[in-house]
Amino acid sequence: MKYIKQFLIIIAVSFLGEILNRVIPLPIPASIYGIVILFLSLELRIIPLDAVKETGKFLIEIMPIMFVPAAVGLLTSWNVLKSSLLEYVLITVVTTFIVMAVSGWVTQGIMRRKGSEVDKNE
Amino acid sequence: MNDFFEISVYFGVFITLVTYAFGLLLKKKFNIDLFNPILISVALIMLFLVIFDINYEAYYDGAKYISYLLTPATVCLAIPLYEQFQLLKKNAFAIILGILSGTLTSLTGVFIFAFFFKMDHASYVTLLPKSITTAIGMGVSEELGGYVALTVAVIIITGLIGNMFAEVFCKLCRISDPVAKGVAIGTSAHALGTAKALEIGEIEGAISSLSIVVTGLMTVVLASIFAQFI
Repeated sequence: MKYIKQFLIIIAVSFLGEILNRVIPLPIPASIYGIVILFLSLELRIIPLDAVKETGKFLIEIMPIMFVPAAVGLLTSWNVLKSSLLEYVLITVVTTFIVMAVSGWVTQGIMRRKGSEVDKNE
Repeated sequence: MNDFFEISVYFGVFITLVTYAFGLLLKKKFNIDLFNPILISVALIMLFLVIFDINYEAYYDGAKYISYLLTPATVCLAIPLYEQFQLLKKNAFAIILGILSGTLTSLTGVFIFAFFFKMDHASYVTLLPKSITTAIGMGVSEELGGYVALTVAVIIITGLIGNMFAEVFCKLCRISDPVAKGVAIGTSAHALGTAKALEIGEIEGAISSLSIVVTGLMTVVLASIFAQFI
């Protein structure tokens, strides 16, 4: 019963997100509306954490596998990709690392300057 | 044999799980970043499909049931977010500025490269949403007049890079604070990177989840401005 109820709530929130995605004319997907809805419901105690916890953690744990089918789909875009493959991959790889460095440094820099509880372990 | 794979319902899910499990095994045994379970799984499946001449559609016909769970799983990212909300509130200013700086860096970076490679408008806007989650990225690319299939491809490559190298790269850049690591991974490599952040730690995972949402929304607004530059 517990898992049925938890799965029901998660699917219900996903469904609600899907409805918002259809109704609101913005390029925001169902999953993003869903995160916001579930977060607010937890925060406002409409949904207690226990009502989604185990099933939620299970879904999050197996999430990496869910990216595999789409990534295998790169096979089908090979024909469009190959003509300018080098440029695209170069830009993608380089900018990804730069973005990671900049956003991490800015966050860490501001936190340290404010002296707001920086973790000293690691 | 090909016919069998094309009608089988469980083949797609089975090969996805078994190759991923093999990837996990390799990772455990050798502990090298290149042996990333997602990468191993994707590479082996591609190899299998090419060798046995099986259509992607035949594979996806079964594997779509795995993809189907991606939206509910993404929704569940609200759980770690909720659990770490106190920490998030305390560092809200640093987190938001970190994400904003990352989003601007991504857009500016793509602009500079596109400018030097003399790309046309369509190729340029195809790359603009590369750091955000697929569903939003497709919408942005389509609206700005990019090649949507290519946008999906670069988003996935971005995520794979993030998933594979986030841990090493953060260490290399001396990004040691869990909150900063979360921002770095979520802002640069969306949900695929976040999957790695969740493995690193609860704080990293929660902040990375938040970063997906905020980066996505910021990019929707800012990309439409950047789109006018080329």
